Amino acid sequence: MISKFTAFSAFVGLMFFSAPAAAQDHGHEDAHQEEVHHDDAHHEDAHAVEMHAEDAHGAHADHSEGHGHGEFVPASDTEGRKSVVKETVEHHLADSYEFHIVGPVGFPLPVILYDNGLKVFSSAKFHHGESVAEVDGQYYMVHHSKIYKTDAEGTITYDEHHHPTNEKPLDFSITKNVFMIIFMAVFMFFLFRGVAKTYKNSLVPSKAGRFLEPLIVFIRDEIAIPNIGEKHYKRYMSFLLTIFFFIWFLNLAGMTPLGVNVTGNIAVTVSLALMTFFITQFSGKKDYWMHIFWMPGVPVLLRPVLAVIELIGLVVKPFSLTIRLYANMLAGHVVIMSILGLIYIFASYTAAIPFTGLTLFLYVLELLVAALQAYIFTMLASLYFGAAVEEHDHH
Amino acid sequence: MDKLINDFSIGLFFWQSLVFLLLIFLLRRYAWKPILNAVNEREESIEGALKAAEAAREEMKALQSNNEAIMKEAREERERILKEARDMKNTIVAEAKETAVAEAEKTVVAAKAAIEAEKAAAVAELKNQAAVLSIEVAEKVLGQELSAENKQAAMISKMIDEVKIN
Amino acid sequence: MEIPTIVGAGLIVIGAGMGIGRIGGSAMEAIGRQPEASGKIQTAMIIAAALIEGIGFAALFAA
Repeated sequence: MISKFTAFSAFVGLMFFSAPAAAQDHGHEDAHQEEVHHDDAHHEDAHAVEMHAEDAHGAHADHSEGHGHGEFVPASDTEGRKSVVKETVEHHLADSYEFHIVGPVGFPLPVILYDNGLKVFSSAKFHHGESVAEVDGQYYMVHHSKIYKTDAEGTITYDEHHHPTNEKPLDFSITKNVFMIIFMAVFMFFLFRGVAKTYKNSLVPSKAGRFLEPLIVFIRDEIAIPNIGEKHYKRYMSFLLTIFFFIWFLNLAGMTPLGVNVTGNIAVTVSLALMTFFITQFSGKKDYWMHIFWMPGVPVLLRPVLAVIELIGLVVKPFSLTIRLYANMLAGHVVIMSILGLIYIFASYTAAIPFTGLTLFLYVLELLVAALQAYIFTMLASLYFGAAVEEHDHH
Repeated sequence: MDKLINDFSIGLFFWQSLVFLLLIFLLRRYAWKPILNAVNEREESIEGALKAAEAAREEMKALQSNNEAIMKEAREERERILKEARDMKNTIVAEAKETAVAEAEKTVVAAKAAIEAEKAAAVAELKNQAAVLSIEVAEKVLGQELSAENKQAAMISKMIDEVKIN
Repeated sequence: MEIPTIVGAGLIVIGAGMGIGRIGGSAMEAIGRQPEASGKIQTAMIIAAALIEGIGFAALFAA
């Protein structure tokens, strides 16, 4: 068990600590992409060709302004290169039905659709989004990382805002992000169970526990107890610890070159914020609701006004939790990748060296932000719980 | 806002919520509770050890002060005993002196009384001697005149009565 | 005349940036004055900054 877990942590540690180096690699890759882009080794390029082909096929080759990234875009065509970078960034941030590791190496993931009955098939059927998948007489097509129902030719029709009008089936696929969530959950389970087991022999932590225990104690002593209070904090510790490590580890996983962008995905942050919201409301005591609907110690006429403001606050809190994490992580990825993209746009070594350095700097900053956002989310969650269970002494 | 709603994926939301809830319950059961309990236990044992050390230190201090008190008491006791002894000596000496003075006085008084008695005896003796001598002198002087014995005796007693011995 | 939304976004960022900057600055001053209360000041600072950030994001996404 321990050795398995050690191997696990070594793997993840390698993933995390190789991240800045990988950023540099990325820079180099992009710098000489100019020379090697024709051999479709760069997987994203290959993918983009398919996308482009599909667009042409659907008679609506519109959004990419005629520049797919597989084609050679001359360094003089700055506009063309800009759109290539934009697409690469967008693709990198989007969810995917297969898991790319590096270049052409990767594996397909199961697609689960609910469309007149459950349909489960491998995403290999899409051939990297290139072809229409036929399942039980229904045709499906991937367009901009979403599955649409199409006819046998894969026709996609658009409205005036270039949004596809094709029907979308209910999609419960194990996408790259879902895969990462499950992977991280399994990883966390074994990691922390391993830590818990080391306490059976002695009360002093060993191995990973030496690093993780101070964090656990920090969350207890600096986040939970001051904000929730000595009396009630124990009930919320499981949630706070899980959410902190979950967000932090996924943020760090997003820093790897795997292009995992789980915490920068709105559905994930909505889920996390909604859980916080419901726990807060369900643990709300009499005092909490009193302070929302009938604020004590305020003139009676003002109370309804305050109630409206408090109710707005009730909704804004989970909303800001959602957006804060989402926007911070997304922005971090966008900034890093855009700066790397600048190397491609300028296509010169003079640009490559400072921009690689700048990326490295931002990378380190993002590592800090990864921990900071996890901390802030946990902190605010415990603050809301604290407000819900607080008992005021009435004067 | 449009982009946010467009990006929202029900499937991802579903999986995220499911996996996360499962993770919370599993970790609560297998990780957080044992870890937090162990940490608590350790903290309590450290606190207990610190308290015990503090108590031991207090006890040591108490013992030390106790020792000091005992020493002090012993010293005081010695002082007291010595003082008592000194006092006793003084009284004894004073008493002895007093007795000696009283004895001496008594002796002096006795001596004086003896001297007085001796003196009285001596005077009486002297008186008798003087009477005998006087008679002899008178006999010799008045031998002839007082031949008759009864006349002589009457005359002597008359004369003795007249003589005042001082 | 229509004002482009990007101008609104810029205004929001300026406002939020100034707000968070002032909070940070005041917090630093407060820590300088009372270093022993730095933990509490930090907590309060993060909460206030988070609230402003929340409003900023809400406005940004509305823009």
